[in-house]
Amino acid sequence: MTDAITLHDLRFRWRRDLPLCLDIPQLAVPAGARVFLHGPSGSGKSTLLGLLGGVLVPEQGSVTVLGQSLSALGSRARDRFRADHIGFLFQQFNLIPYLPVIDNVLLPCRFSHRRAGRTAAQGEPVAVAQSLLEALDLSPSLWQRDAASLSVGQQQRVALARALIGSPDILIADEPTSALDADRQQAFLDLLLSACEQGGATLLFVSHDQRLATHFTHTLSLAALNRAGSAEAA
Amino acid sequence: MFTVFRLAARSAWNRRFTLAMTLLSIALSVALLLGVERVRQQARADFEQSVSGTDLIVGARTSPVQLMLYAVFRLGGATNNISWSSVEMLRGQAAVAWAVPLSLGDSHRGYPVVATEPAFFTHFRYGDGRALVLREGRALADIFDVVLGAEVARALGYRVGDTLALTHGMSLAGPAHADKPFTVTGILQPTGTPVDRSLHITLAGMEAIHLDWVGGAPLPGLKIDAAHVKKFNLQPKNVTAVLVGLKNRAAVFRLQRGIAEYREEPLLAVLPGVALADLWQVVGAVERALLAVSAMVVAVGLAGLVATLLAGLNERRRELAILRAVGAGPAHVFCLLLLEGLAVSLLGILAGVALLDLAMLAGAPLVQARWGLVLAPQLLTLAELQWLGLVLGVSVLASLVPGWRAYRLSLADGLVPRI
Repeated sequence: MTDAITLHDLRFRWRRDLPLCLDIPQLAVPAGARVFLHGPSGSGKSTLLGLLGGVLVPEQGSVTVLGQSLSALGSRARDRFRADHIGFLFQQFNLIPYLPVIDNVLLPCRFSHRRAGRTAAQGEPVAVAQSLLEALDLSPSLWQRDAASLSVGQQQRVALARALIGSPDILIADEPTSALDADRQQAFLDLLLSACEQGGATLLFVSHDQRLATHFTHTLSLAALNRAGSAEAA
Repeated sequence: MFTVFRLAARSAWNRRFTLAMTLLSIALSVALLLGVERVRQQARADFEQSVSGTDLIVGARTSPVQLMLYAVFRLGGATNNISWSSVEMLRGQAAVAWAVPLSLGDSHRGYPVVATEPAFFTHFRYGDGRALVLREGRALADIFDVVLGAEVARALGYRVGDTLALTHGMSLAGPAHADKPFTVTGILQPTGTPVDRSLHITLAGMEAIHLDWVGGAPLPGLKIDAAHVKKFNLQPKNVTAVLVGLKNRAAVFRLQRGIAEYREEPLLAVLPGVALADLWQVVGAVERALLAVSAMVVAVGLAGLVATLLAGLNERRRELAILRAVGAGPAHVFCLLLLEGLAVSLLGILAGVALLDLAMLAGAPLVQARWGLVLAPQLLTLAELQWLGLVLGVSVLASLVPGWRAYRLSLADGLVPRI
């Protein structure tokens, strides 16, 4: 298996009466790569993430993740596949506000047996979560606090710990640094890259900020890949 | 599934103030619904307990329900009396085992006075055929003796040997018969029937206090001393109603018809059970209306629940999207909302039952004193459980609405809410 993600002849539109939102003839993310996908807002980023996560279903074409064609799976199986193999990291509001930090981190283990098992293989799940938080420089005094009480920078690091727990094969990050100020951005990016390197996870990093591209092994442009061009999309 | 339970609980706790208000409105509406139902049941049970062993009630011609109401429940007044000769006619019937006349109309501090014969205490039955029992003192014997119902003695603090004056008519401020006081000779055991709220005197006593009265007012210039009443003829000329017991119940319809056709005076004889059935038919419409109104109140409470959950849903779209990203399916999201609605309803129902029990416990003495209705604390009856089951069933249906809405939203939003 050489590619973690493959798109082929992918077409998607939100509603039948709307124009195509995505029309991607070909896209491949090699396994173990750290890919920067440049996508200005409105280029269909969120839609693409939904398709990769199996939350959205293409009108035509195939999405293959880790050798598994998502269209061959039913919706429940796609949900399970997403939980098992992909860690997501978003720009903001990554956490369930009323859950303590530690429970937020452990959330993927509750929905995925595979990740729960992988976590347990490393030790007591709570201890594994704690060591992840510690490695991301989050002090123990924060662990039992509700996620909503943390600063944005702290929240992003908790979200990273959650995306990493149970060692998913793929990490998909959508503008994870854009809510942070400039010096925090760099520190967070370093944490993210080294965590992926250690865990051997494939990283797909989506951002409009091209200055970040230098840190990655591959760079792709969604605008160039997507023939549907400037369709309306979030 | 356990995760969803925990998430639902944490999430609900996070919005506890809003949900508590919703829960309270459901609790109040359930308490109202059960309360109406319970008071209805208890009122019926109390009424049906109030008289037994009496085969016919005879009075002046009026509606059967009215005769029943004033003769047994001391509610409302008699339009006409019947003459003593009719009482003697009844006693002369071969089928009649006993006939006890009642004379009503006076009161004491709002409690009705019943003038009757000592035989009343031997023949009157309530509940499942229970007889009246004296708690203390002795039965009626003398002209100015009075035997109190348990509630009268309790509420007014009378003991055997105390004296009291009666009032003419039912008003609290009517002219008093203060010149001829009565002595409490006995107090009855509580029965849970209108007897508890009655004062019992002899027919002769009733005659005696009205000797110097004409047409509902004291005769000016005429004053007959209590010590001298025995010189007068105290045989009553008329009474309000007669309780009749038969030797053989099979004769009841024949006797009833005979009484209705009595030539000397227009009379009415009713079977207590039949009159009660008539009464339930009259009040049945009111009961149904009350029940319908309280059912509507429950519906309003549940609509409030749906509104609260739907309103909260918009603010929770991010939360739902996060859950989707970590692997929750739309079905999880649906269950999350359904569970929340169900939990709030269930807690609301339980709180409503508790609220009602507390209210009935606190209000029972007042209700008994005011209306003579005994509200006994009780376990949930089968009928009440059915009502609660119905409420829970409707709340499941109601919770499907936010559940379905959340399901649709989570499908449309995917991983990033399009707010």
